[in-house]
Amino acid sequence: MMLKTFSKGGVHPEENKLSSGSPIQILPVPAEARIPLGQSLGSPAKAIVIRGDIVKTGQLIARGEAFISANVHSSVSGKVVKIEEIDDQSGYRRPAIIIVTEGDEWMDSIDRSASLRKECRLTPEEIIEKIHEMGVVGLGGATFPTKVKMIVPQGKKAEILILNGVECEPYLTADHRLMLEKGEEILVGATILMKALGVKKAAIGIENNKQDAIIHLSKLAEDYPGIQVFSLRVKYPQGAEKQLIKAVTGREVPSMKLPVEVGCVVNNVGTAFAVYEAVQKNKPLFEKVVTVTGKQFAKPANFMVRIGTPIAELVGNAGGLPEGTGKVVSGGPMMGKALNSLKVPVVKGTSGILLFDTAEARRQPARNCIRCARCVSACPMGLEPYLLEKQVINEMWEEAEGNHIMDCMECGSCQYVCPSSRPLLDYLRLGKNKTSQLKRTSVDK
Amino acid sequence: MWGVVVALVPAFLVSLWYFGLGAFITTALAVLSCVFIEFTIARYILKEQPAISDGSAVVTGILLAFNVPSSIPWWQLVIGSIVAIGVAKMSFGGLGRNPFNPALVGRVFMLISFPEDMTSWPLPLQNRYVLVDALTGPTSLGVVKEGVKNGETITQLASQIPDYTNLLLGNIGGSLGEVSAAALILGGLYLLYKKIITWQIPVSYLLTVFLFTGVLWLINPEQYIDPVFHLLAGGLMLGAIFMATDMVTSPMTLKGMLVFGVGCGLLTVLIRVWGAYPEGVSFAILIMNAVTPLINKGFKPTLFGEKVKSKK
Repeated sequence: MMLKTFSKGGVHPEENKLSSGSPIQILPVPAEARIPLGQSLGSPAKAIVIRGDIVKTGQLIARGEAFISANVHSSVSGKVVKIEEIDDQSGYRRPAIIIVTEGDEWMDSIDRSASLRKECRLTPEEIIEKIHEMGVVGLGGATFPTKVKMIVPQGKKAEILILNGVECEPYLTADHRLMLEKGEEILVGATILMKALGVKKAAIGIENNKQDAIIHLSKLAEDYPGIQVFSLRVKYPQGAEKQLIKAVTGREVPSMKLPVEVGCVVNNVGTAFAVYEAVQKNKPLFEKVVTVTGKQFAKPANFMVRIGTPIAELVGNAGGLPEGTGKVVSGGPMMGKALNSLKVPVVKGTSGILLFDTAEARRQPARNCIRCARCVSACPMGLEPYLLEKQVINEMWEEAEGNHIMDCMECGSCQYVCPSSRPLLDYLRLGKNKTSQLKRTSVDK
Repeated sequence: MWGVVVALVPAFLVSLWYFGLGAFITTALAVLSCVFIEFTIARYILKEQPAISDGSAVVTGILLAFNVPSSIPWWQLVIGSIVAIGVAKMSFGGLGRNPFNPALVGRVFMLISFPEDMTSWPLPLQNRYVLVDALTGPTSLGVVKEGVKNGETITQLASQIPDYTNLLLGNIGGSLGEVSAAALILGGLYLLYKKIITWQIPVSYLLTVFLFTGVLWLINPEQYIDPVFHLLAGGLMLGAIFMATDMVTSPMTLKGMLVFGVGCGLLTVLIRVWGAYPEGVSFAILIMNAVTPLINKGFKPTLFGEKVKSKK
């Protein structure tokens, strides 16, 4: 099979897929679930329970009311003890519903049988409504409310659904295991999404380092006309939406526009699985697969975890916090963010927990930029990270915007190749934040 | 930076072979002076942590030495080092902040200030153990320039011009690091292999010189010497592979690098053929260093998704 890829930029970090052979283990229900109200892009959901309420697993506890927002469901059964601000993964304090667990009683409406349900009789509108009702958001990390993505804007047409099974971040293997263990459910989820979008074609992009998943899904896809599996060259960030579209279809999404501009809609394979569970089993999104990994673990693992479980419990179940741990990262080594506490709960956007020892965690001191232009060669979006960094340092926000800083997808390729160890990604994130803030305030005027 | 030092070892060994003691002392002195000056300015004037370990001062020292005759008086070399590191690099803010190639600035300063000593070229092999009063002779480019000015044809000058073998090996008069095209090309291949430089600048520079001088040679081979000679003689190999490729002072995109190389090539030939000096590499590169910010503004990388936008 010819390997497809994207042409501009990209880097080759060590893959370190230490946990790719570990089957998904179901973690026990946590003693206390701390469920943030804001687990998607856009506005946080509004709590509809109060202190003292008894809730069941899968019960709606917060409603997403704005256009870009998502419902939040309880991942445990028990009593709501408080609604307060907690430290969440972003490092900020955000409101969350705290539930003390009692047993594990699920909502009666949820179909808990393991049998595969292939047929879906709902109309596209009903599918989209169900996706919203069940709180499904993009599980590739961005947590964009899936319902919104399924609504094709006026004047645009969707031609192909692309499923993202690339998982290009080193160390992370949650999607890999999901494709191996829930492959057919993912394909059914894809057919449901295709129906909602009104498309006849779907493509599943998988990086070449997951041969078993490629073979498995290709075999299953024989029974699903319209779905084709594509083997992709291992190159970071192949899993980035625009790069995936470029590799699979050859089309480039124009700057600052959405994929539907070139007829594509992209969903993570985890999202497709969540859609399957939501539509076919009436099961809201309250648990997901999270990789727990790092070179110090004897057995890096993939866990099916309830939302709201403290990270400490994941680490504990993987063998405990190793001696000499220097950093705990939520996500992968390229785009992940370091956590300041292990009490932080798992949320819909959590894909992996990565531990570094103190040596691996140490950042080299930044030296002067030597203008080597490696960052320019590495950037998959055709930006000039060295220039944007300088503009951010000098607070030249308008100039940074003029140099397309908002096109940066924060992949970290530039920082990865910089020989002077400059914190390019940190500055880019800061610059994007400031630039978009300024845009918002100037629009309000 | 240390990879560049490794790439310069072949040329250094050749210089020891042909120019002996002079080459060794000149190189060592230049390196020590550059390192000392950078350290002193960083520590005592700028009051910051000296960054000698990045190897850039060492590289500047080696390249400065490689661009001067092996018999250069020690005090002139020290002054050149002060200008290279102090003026051309540290006064702009240190590593990464200089607009001009420091070694070339030092070299050109020495050429203008000490024209006699900077154009006294020790003959190869005859001055290995000599430190003063070296036996000197003209460079190949010098022979051609003077001869053509006096109305001689290339055929008439042929006996005074070294053949290709000597030009490749380095058995010729010239700056201590520029003589052996073969040793420099070897170093260049190492730099490419280690991905320390990209091919765009050396190839566009050399190709431009080759084509420009080739056209002239085709027009009148008695007045304009052949393009292969131009490639092998003088400081072109050293300049195209080690000086023009200095990351700090060259463009940031591959397209820009091609433009830079072409510009260097055109200016080099212009000066060699019609300018006052027999060699134009140093000036050509310095002029293109000045143009680099404009090149960076004009030749930006293609934005992802841009082609689609412009089609609409």
